[in-house]
Amino acid sequence: MTVLGTRTGVRIRRDHVAVLVTLGLLVAMFTAGSIAYPAFGSGQVVIDLFIDNGFLLVIAIGMTFVILTGGIDLSVGAVAALSAMLCAFLLERWHWPVAVVLPLVLLVGAGIGFAMGYVIHHFEIQPFIATLAGMFLARGLCFVISVNQISIKNPFFTEWAQTRIPLPGDMNLTPTVLIALAVLAAAFWTLHYTRFGRGVYAVGGNAQSALLMGLPVTRIRIGAYVVSGLCSALGGVLFAFYTISASGLHAVGTELDAIAAVVIGGTLLTGGSGYVLGTVLGVMLLGTIQTLLRFQGTLSSWWTRIAIGALLLLFIVLQRLLGSSRPGR
Amino acid sequence: MPGAVLEMAGVSKGFPGVRALEGVDLRLYPGEIHALMGENGAGKSTLIKVLTGVHQPDAGEVRLGGTPVSVTGPQHAQALGISTVYQEVNLCPNLTVAENVFIGREPARAGMIRWREIRRRAGELLTRLHVDVDPGALLGSCSLAVQQLVAIVRAVDVSAKVLVLDEPTSSLDRDEVEQLFAVMRRLRDDGVAVLFVSHFLDQVYDVSDRMTVLRNGRLVGEFRTAELSRADLVGHMTGRALSTLEQLHVTGESARVQAEPVLRARGVGRKGAIEPFDLEIHPGEVVGLAGLLGSGRTEAARLMFGADAPDSGTVTLSGDPVALRSPRAAIGRGVAFCPENRKSEGLVEDLTVGENIVLALQAAAGWLRPLSQSRRQELVGRYIEALRISPADPDMPARNLSGGNQQKVLLARWLITRPKLLILDEPTRGIDVGAKAEIQKLVVSLAGDGVAVLFVSAELEEVLRISHKIEVLRDRRLIAEVANTAEITPEGVLEIIANGTTS
Repeated sequence: MTVLGTRTGVRIRRDHVAVLVTLGLLVAMFTAGSIAYPAFGSGQVVIDLFIDNGFLLVIAIGMTFVILTGGIDLSVGAVAALSAMLCAFLLERWHWPVAVVLPLVLLVGAGIGFAMGYVIHHFEIQPFIATLAGMFLARGLCFVISVNQISIKNPFFTEWAQTRIPLPGDMNLTPTVLIALAVLAAAFWTLHYTRFGRGVYAVGGNAQSALLMGLPVTRIRIGAYVVSGLCSALGGVLFAFYTISASGLHAVGTELDAIAAVVIGGTLLTGGSGYVLGTVLGVMLLGTIQTLLRFQGTLSSWWTRIAIGALLLLFIVLQRLLGSSRPGR
Repeated sequence: MPGAVLEMAGVSKGFPGVRALEGVDLRLYPGEIHALMGENGAGKSTLIKVLTGVHQPDAGEVRLGGTPVSVTGPQHAQALGISTVYQEVNLCPNLTVAENVFIGREPARAGMIRWREIRRRAGELLTRLHVDVDPGALLGSCSLAVQQLVAIVRAVDVSAKVLVLDEPTSSLDRDEVEQLFAVMRRLRDDGVAVLFVSHFLDQVYDVSDRMTVLRNGRLVGEFRTAELSRADLVGHMTGRALSTLEQLHVTGESARVQAEPVLRARGVGRKGAIEPFDLEIHPGEVVGLAGLLGSGRTEAARLMFGADAPDSGTVTLSGDPVALRSPRAAIGRGVAFCPENRKSEGLVEDLTVGENIVLALQAAAGWLRPLSQSRRQELVGRYIEALRISPADPDMPARNLSGGNQQKVLLARWLITRPKLLILDEPTRGIDVGAKAEIQKLVVSLAGDGVAVLFVSAELEEVLRISHKIEVLRDRRLIAEVANTAEITPEGVLEIIANGTTS
């Protein structure tokens, strides 16, 4: 029998390499920080990363779905701001109960995602354009609701913001972290153990093939934007928990942070390759840079942006290099 | 003989302006490999599309196991037991082999995919068809042949009554084709009816039991492969005798060996693509590049056109040293290049035939100096006629043409610029015997007019038929240059490829 194909003992896949590079960078940065600032190397700093970036993590997870299908969602920051705004407005002005407001807000986020996905799929509009429109729409609606910042005095929210769950070793975390981790677990399970999740990868790999293989491409592609919309809305709610306020100026540029986190986490912008766990590492890396700058104290916070930009460039070049070394014919 | 598993009776299908099929019958029996033959535009693709439900027939019916069915689409066809594997592998390169076999119908428990089960069953399927590949490997890391086999494995696992293979061998080398045939024979022995579409006569004779021949959308007949000679088959397909093919053979002594070569390459190479090589092409000379798939044929051709920049060496065109850094520079020097992949690298499918033809000329003239309408019409008309592009309608969108005619449009595009050196990369791949002979004839007559031609082809017979000189490549290295004399045979060239020398 002739031997065809490749059988290698240890399979190092290019999508793994990207994630491992991010992990290595994160560990290196953390070690360096711990050496420079003794207070840096504590468990609480790690937990704080999640507390401060929980909302970004949730949004970036949604973004991962979209990017895996080969799309992009620029509306996430605006949708997050809108859902925070909607929360604040319904709770504070109309005094609706939390049990109604929260599901409603999530539904609105998913609805916006659905609308964008529908337009992108059925009218074959570039995701960049369709979600840019979604972004302007959502951002505009924020200001329709209220031009000024609304602070949230709802007891559920204020209590939530103050809740600390104690952990052994004098550490504590917030419910936000738990929610973010639950979203992460659900996303991981969805992507790797459901047909929808595998479909997301297939569509990102080759949408035409996916269609010919009989996959419900329409449902999958729109579904990815629904997931992203839902995650954005949830991220917005978490952001409202975090700041106990809402404003049309909140979460500006979050879409770019989310995209950066996803890309740094090793997901290919062309779709089909990447892991939600990589996205976590990407968010952590962004958070670590911020924390490091805070410990350093003298550098302006704009250096975060510069660092993110440099990292992004590095990772896109890395993707390119890894991509071109693939055996292709 | 058991009853036919699938019958198509009196199938007709028309498109605006074209009668694609006219009363065609096709019978497929379980446990046989049936070849569907015909030139480009004969209606093979349309017939397959009717069979798989992409098109609905205007008349006639499809019977499956004796009962008439109306196939509404590829999904429905699959559900009925008719699976198709296309020339382009329609799988996802970013997923594993196992997942590609099962995606869309993964075994799951309570909505949770059972990966172990997938890997196990994929392994079993692959073993059963003797495809030796790790089910956990990424599909994109496998060779095209393996990808094709995986597509077949997927197809037969979905449903195993009728398997349609639409030109599966176009991109495979000899060993890979053998591997594919082994799988096809195994499936046949399992009772699957295999419909095999191919342009390679040798392959059809190698593997098929019976064949149906179409010409111009009509059924010519159904034949037992063993009872039909090749000459008769070609006659049936083209409607004319084989003589056009035979009269072509050019001998190595004719033409060339005058003064200055059109192209002289010295030590030109590119890391990872092809090692440095020397090459000379004289006016009126056809130089063939022969070698197996992946031997560096295309890479060498691309360097000569500036599509890739060489790392080393010098190129002289008509005596002037030039730096071929971009196709633009090459075009400016009278070099034309017909790429291998006509769909993605050459033809603009949305433009009309006429627009495609004048594209390069217009580019050479500059966009600010449009060609006059009358000059354009005259040029386009002349080349459509000279190359016998059919239908001879300059306003037809290029996508509606058959493969062979698309290739002619591309050729016309470059010929119109009156190149000194014409590089043809697999100009006859995936097109039928008749069109092939025409293109070959055209190349020979171009050389007769003094054009230098660099001809790249996977088919040795073809290279031998029209080249004056053959450059043999192996493993990304030019290993030999042989004058194409009467003693050179395809076997001889294969021997050079295998051993590096003639025996």
